[in-house]
Amino acid sequence: MEIFNHDSNIHFLGMRKYTIAIAIFLMVASIGLIAFKGLNYGLDFTGGVSMLVNYDTPVEIGEVRGALAKGGFADAVVQSLGGTREVSIRFQAKDDPAAIQANGTVNLDRVSADVMKELQAARADAKLKSRDFVSAEVGAELKTDGTWAALFVILGIMAYLWIRFERRFAIAAVATEIHDVLVTLGIIALVQREFDMTVLASVLAVIGYSINDKVVVFDRIRELFRLARKAEPEEILNRSINNTLSRTIITSLFTGITMAAMWFIGGPAVHGFAITMLIGIVVGTLSSIFVASPILLWLGVSKKDLMPVTRDNPELARRP
Amino acid sequence: MSDFPRWKYALVALMMLFGVIYALPNAFIPVPAVQVSANRGASPVDQALRQKVETALQQQHIAFGQVNVQGDNLLATFANTDVQKSGSDAIKALLGDQYTVAFKLQSTVPGWLGAIGARSMPLGLDLQGGVHFLMQVDENDVIDKQESSYADDIRSLLRDKKIHYESVARNSVRGQGVAVVLRSADDRSRASDDIANEYTDLLVSNGPNTGDRYVLNAVIKPDKLRDISRGAITQNLQTLRNRINALGVSEPLIQQQGESHIVVDLAGVQDPAEAKKLIGTVATLEYRPGIGHPGDPDARTAEKTGNIPPDANLYHMRGTGEPVLVSKKVIVTGKELVDASSGIDQQSGTPKVDVTLNAAGARKMSDFTNANVGKPMAVVYVERVTETKMVDGKEVRTPKITESVINDANIASPFGKQFQTTGLGSPKEASDLALLLKGGAFAAPVDIIEEGVIGSSLGADNIDKGFKSVMLGLALVLLAAAIYYKLFGLVADIALFFNLVILVAVMSLIGVTLTMPGIAGIVLTLGMAIDANVLICERIREELRNGSTPHASIRAGYEKAWSTILDANVTHLIAALALTTMGTGAIKGFGVTLMIGILTSLFTSVTLTHAFTAAIHGHRKLKTLSV
Repeated sequence: MEIFNHDSNIHFLGMRKYTIAIAIFLMVASIGLIAFKGLNYGLDFTGGVSMLVNYDTPVEIGEVRGALAKGGFADAVVQSLGGTREVSIRFQAKDDPAAIQANGTVNLDRVSADVMKELQAARADAKLKSRDFVSAEVGAELKTDGTWAALFVILGIMAYLWIRFERRFAIAAVATEIHDVLVTLGIIALVQREFDMTVLASVLAVIGYSINDKVVVFDRIRELFRLARKAEPEEILNRSINNTLSRTIITSLFTGITMAAMWFIGGPAVHGFAITMLIGIVVGTLSSIFVASPILLWLGVSKKDLMPVTRDNPELARRP
Repeated sequence: MSDFPRWKYALVALMMLFGVIYALPNAFIPVPAVQVSANRGASPVDQALRQKVETALQQQHIAFGQVNVQGDNLLATFANTDVQKSGSDAIKALLGDQYTVAFKLQSTVPGWLGAIGARSMPLGLDLQGGVHFLMQVDENDVIDKQESSYADDIRSLLRDKKIHYESVARNSVRGQGVAVVLRSADDRSRASDDIANEYTDLLVSNGPNTGDRYVLNAVIKPDKLRDISRGAITQNLQTLRNRINALGVSEPLIQQQGESHIVVDLAGVQDPAEAKKLIGTVATLEYRPGIGHPGDPDARTAEKTGNIPPDANLYHMRGTGEPVLVSKKVIVTGKELVDASSGIDQQSGTPKVDVTLNAAGARKMSDFTNANVGKPMAVVYVERVTETKMVDGKEVRTPKITESVINDANIASPFGKQFQTTGLGSPKEASDLALLLKGGAFAAPVDIIEEGVIGSSLGADNIDKGFKSVMLGLALVLLAAAIYYKLFGLVADIALFFNLVILVAVMSLIGVTLTMPGIAGIVLTLGMAIDANVLICERIREELRNGSTPHASIRAGYEKAWSTILDANVTHLIAALALTTMGTGAIKGFGVTLMIGILTSLFTSVTLTHAFTAAIHGHRKLKTLSV
């Protein structure tokens, strides 16, 4: 079975002015969204108290919010978790001054007792499923760790591509990578999806997934350059994208299927992870086709940069 | 096919066998159980005890699976966690304080699997419910303590050496050591030499002179400071372990995270209050003159009649529970104890504990021991727990103090700063005593900065959803690959299935704790592992279109796709590696899973499929390929 015409010869590079313009627009828009709208940081980052509560019969979010407001928890964030009977409640510990102990730490037992009292006053069938407390300090550390991890990934990948391919490939891959991460984060900021630890893990995994995609196209570009007698860069790049198009889309579909399965039945614990991954797969696939190669062309890749020079240069021969 | 060597077939077969065997233990679901172990002094666990427990459970109509003696422990299994709870309560009531009763998930993995090292993956808290704490160790406090102690020591050293000083005080900036102010340059050089000789861990240097004030700075060497902080964490971990063992959690996870954090995960515990109480306990030591010996007639009479001499307290020995009389006078407290370590006494060959006191403590100890050679001295362990109760809506805090004697021995000869306790029963006893002496209290205060309680129903829910999403994800990809790539798709499917099996096997063997993010990692791995097969199949199709023969197409397909697969996987591996370096547990679990998954998928997607493809197509003449 084949979905894609193997002789497809869509002139992707011909649209490069538009696709790059769109990519830049998306990046700027994403930066704007992240800067002004901000990410809806979860408990892992902001610190505070989080509780999972479920009810025997369906409950309205508004109802829960009302009950909380009465008890002085007006700032609490209430979200429903895949269904109408389970909610997550998140707030800062300072909303319950009585529960802050002399040494500044929070008495979680006290906080959850206070909250449950309010909820059960409104609805007797409210049941506490889990509760968490995270100090703000841990959250700050996580942000730094996350930034370092992302930097490490990007630099590591750049170094590898530089050695295995060539400078321009490394730059093009990393530039596209940054685009993918920014746009994924931008979409998360736009829909105000909660940004917690699993979403951070997912964003880092998106980097891994999307680089995978780019490397496949780059590999084909290198191969075609080496094979071609008369190598017109634009044509080679275009042919590479077309040749790998079917694999790019099929792999995305296959990975997408598994993530969709997780999104549908994996439950709230991995919901954020799956949806972020799905966004990342779409963004990464599109950028592999429309963004990475135009950057490469613009950087001026040519046949002579890619010819295996290892045989007459002993210094290079030692490289992998 | 001739170009697929025989040893590779063997390797593939071996890996498949390895995967199946080592993944197998995960198919055996552990049963809830209650574990009973004897405390010191209690009669050991034996068949009589088993009989007793069984009878008690039968009488109270608590359904149980089996009651068995396993090594030093007694294990009773139950059908579910509710019965387990009532079973545990009944056993506790029956046996009293002499035995520790703990919840346990008893593995049902057959013995022969265990014998070859195959075991099931431990489940994270999010999958089985429990309590999680993250604690911050206050290292500054350790440095403060050390610097203050050095200031004391220097003061006393200068007095001994008759060097006049104006002041000895800690620098106001932490870590800057102790400033000694002397009255002449001569005094300063003498003091400098003496301090440097006596305390090799101090770096002594001259400070600025103003008028007749000659300043000498003594700073703790950076190496020593590092050792101190590291020691503080290790000791805190040890203290926590000791205390949590008393809780009766069978497999607590207590480990260092990052520089100054400690993670404590207590699976199966649903009430964090008791755990927190133990973690927050403040314990101190007191050296006091003993009156008589543990269990002697005087002490027994005092216990029976309640007539305790006015200048004494009646305590019980920790462990054996024997009564002992101890004077109310305190010689030295644990605050004056600098270090305690266990070892073997060179002369007698018996285990010993070396104790070091600070200068102030040493003086008091030497005064006391000089006057009391041959008399007993007791070490009293004092635990203070603050209990918070709600009375009429108000928080009432009541400190609860428990005291016990951990050691009572005769003074052999006068001693001061350093002394040893010998004649201990076993090296274990010696190390326990050393630990209690210095580890009774935390080396550094700890604050709970993260706390979570995951209900066991949520854990069960998560594991169910996680399992279903792995299965659904796998099924969908299997189906899609089979439809799209026909026979080659089916081969890829076999590879994908074995990828899951081998991934689980490797994770089990290494002992990776399975968590929800880990399951997400497994699903993602499955989704991405198929990529290598897509690359190979697309290549083979291309080669066929270019007019190559089927055999040549297969060969070229695998050869040409390999470099791409390698590049793509190495870059992906770099990303996964970064995830594992993140300090936080959840992301780490995901990263580790992803990393193992990338490596296993490299093998299954390329080598394993190649073996199958070669076996299927190898000896036949082919006109077409089903790809």
